[in-house]
Amino acid sequence: MSTSTSSDQQYSAGTPAAVGDELRAQKIAFLVMVAIIAIAPVVVYPVFMMKVMCFALFACAFNLLIGFGGLLSFGHAMFLGSAGYVSAHAAKVWGLTPELAILCGTAAACLIAFVSGLLAIRRQGIYFAMITLALAQMIFFFCLQAPFTGGEDGIQAVPRGKLFGLIDLSNIAAMYIVVAVIFLGGFLLIFRIVHSPFGHVLKAIRENEARATSLGYDTDRYKLAAYILSGTIAGLAGATKALVFQLASLTDVHWTMSGEVVLMTLLGGLGTIFGPVVGAAVIITMQNYLAQFGAWVTIIQGVIFVICVLAFRRGIIGEIAHALKKSL
Amino acid sequence: MEIFGIPSQALFGQLLIGLINGSFYALLSLGLAVIFGLLNIINFTHGAQYMLGAFCAYLFLDKLGVGYWWSLLIAPVVVGVTGVIIERTMLSKLYKLDHLYGLLLTFGLALIIQGLFRNEFGSSGLPYRIPQELQGSQNLGFMFLPNYRAWVIVVSLVVCLATWYVIERTKLGAYLRAATENPQLVQAFGINVPRMITLTYGFGVALAAFAGVMAAPIYQVNPLMGADLIIVVFAVVVIGGMGSIMGAIVTGFGLGIIEGLTKVFYPEASNTVIFIIMAIVLMFKPAGLFGTQK
Repeated sequence: MSTSTSSDQQYSAGTPAAVGDELRAQKIAFLVMVAIIAIAPVVVYPVFMMKVMCFALFACAFNLLIGFGGLLSFGHAMFLGSAGYVSAHAAKVWGLTPELAILCGTAAACLIAFVSGLLAIRRQGIYFAMITLALAQMIFFFCLQAPFTGGEDGIQAVPRGKLFGLIDLSNIAAMYIVVAVIFLGGFLLIFRIVHSPFGHVLKAIRENEARATSLGYDTDRYKLAAYILSGTIAGLAGATKALVFQLASLTDVHWTMSGEVVLMTLLGGLGTIFGPVVGAAVIITMQNYLAQFGAWVTIIQGVIFVICVLAFRRGIIGEIAHALKKSL
Repeated sequence: MEIFGIPSQALFGQLLIGLINGSFYALLSLGLAVIFGLLNIINFTHGAQYMLGAFCAYLFLDKLGVGYWWSLLIAPVVVGVTGVIIERTMLSKLYKLDHLYGLLLTFGLALIIQGLFRNEFGSSGLPYRIPQELQGSQNLGFMFLPNYRAWVIVVSLVVCLATWYVIERTKLGAYLRAATENPQLVQAFGINVPRMITLTYGFGVALAAFAGVMAAPIYQVNPLMGADLIIVVFAVVVIGGMGSIMGAIVTGFGLGIIEGLTKVFYPEASNTVIFIIMAIVLMFKPAGLFGTQK
């Protein structure tokens, strides 16, 4: 994916002053985002906003891998879905408090990412995409057949419980704040990773893996680490989502979900910091309003895919960043 | 009669189903391999084009009264032509970019095609009758072999081997292989490489449609019939490695049989066995059984 992102990245490679300038733009954008999250519940349904934030975090996690590591995963639903199942199971059957349930779900995603990552990073490019897709399909069939997932029904009526045993999350405002904190925390973590030395090595591998190897970097370990981080944060999103909707279902492990997160990120802008958030917001809004048209949602998503690939490869935020000559 | 404590009826029955599935795996992964060889993209639309083939056969019969035999000939051509249009208008714009964009584009196209057909025909399957000439079955002594299933296995073997022969043993195939290695050089020799690429994509797509027509009487004609299948075929391709045509054929049939046997001995794993094999192959031979690591 280097072709689309390298043109945006050139702005970040300037003088220290330019780097400071770029960070300032990102800080402003971040504050705008926080303000929107704070004000939005007045205007739109809080549950809708929580859905957007869960998917935005999911897309950001996915973007960490494709946008900065250059690895296209077509199986990210396996992290979202399985973390959702584990956190729902932990909250409902084991009766854990929500923060522990989310932790369990995230840990499960981390474990799956570790095992599947060891296999997937053995191949690159298109093969990587096909392998992750196939592994995710394996997880899908496992979730379909495993006794604790409830098969086609999923795990329903998951209790939100009391945070730390104190704050009742059936209160929508409390739940909203928890989701907002998780989303912003995850977002800042990714922001930190991208700007860390680790993130820079990752970008170097994306641009020219052979060169990174020749400089003495063990590229496989970097790629595996990026994959695990991405999968774990995607799991965090899935575990949170299961508590918000009090439901863990097969939809979240199905390959269509893996496709959706690709679409969100592509639409928002691959390799941008804020693109996946915007992409997720647009796609979720669209699904919300077009839900009654059934299969048309799929068709429109397909059309957006085609348009993005053929004519709009920078994505929404990528185009804005390009116009402003800043990196967002 | 029992083999390993399994009634031989069940064993041979599942082996037959495995061979049938393997025929389709082979036909589809062959098409993917041919396309990948020259275009360097993974054709995610392959499953949708397989479904289009089946729907062509269904609609020809339902609306025009055109039977199975003509469909077997016409449907691949029709779908192949749509493939040519897709290649000319969209895919050809992407060759200079990262190959992943081709994957994303074809994924989007698959969503569109499958969505349109789901809108029009719903998600339930439509029946397609086995052609008169191939109804009935043969008693082989140890099992009954339905004529149509035998036909599917034989025809797909013939088509696969014919494709292998054309690519590996004829002059046309030599051009194709040369263009896979070095398109600039082949073009310099006066061969129209862009047209070759277009026709190759059309041919790969036609193979998928052909498989779809063959599948119509066995599985029901359904807008999503190719959606899950294509993921399994991807796994087959990873296992076999993209480098060799023969590899695609052998792994396709082999994995179909293994899947059939799993249904007999450990049915719980029958959906996942191919993915598990993929994981094992990746551990020991990352380039695939017949592939070469670039």
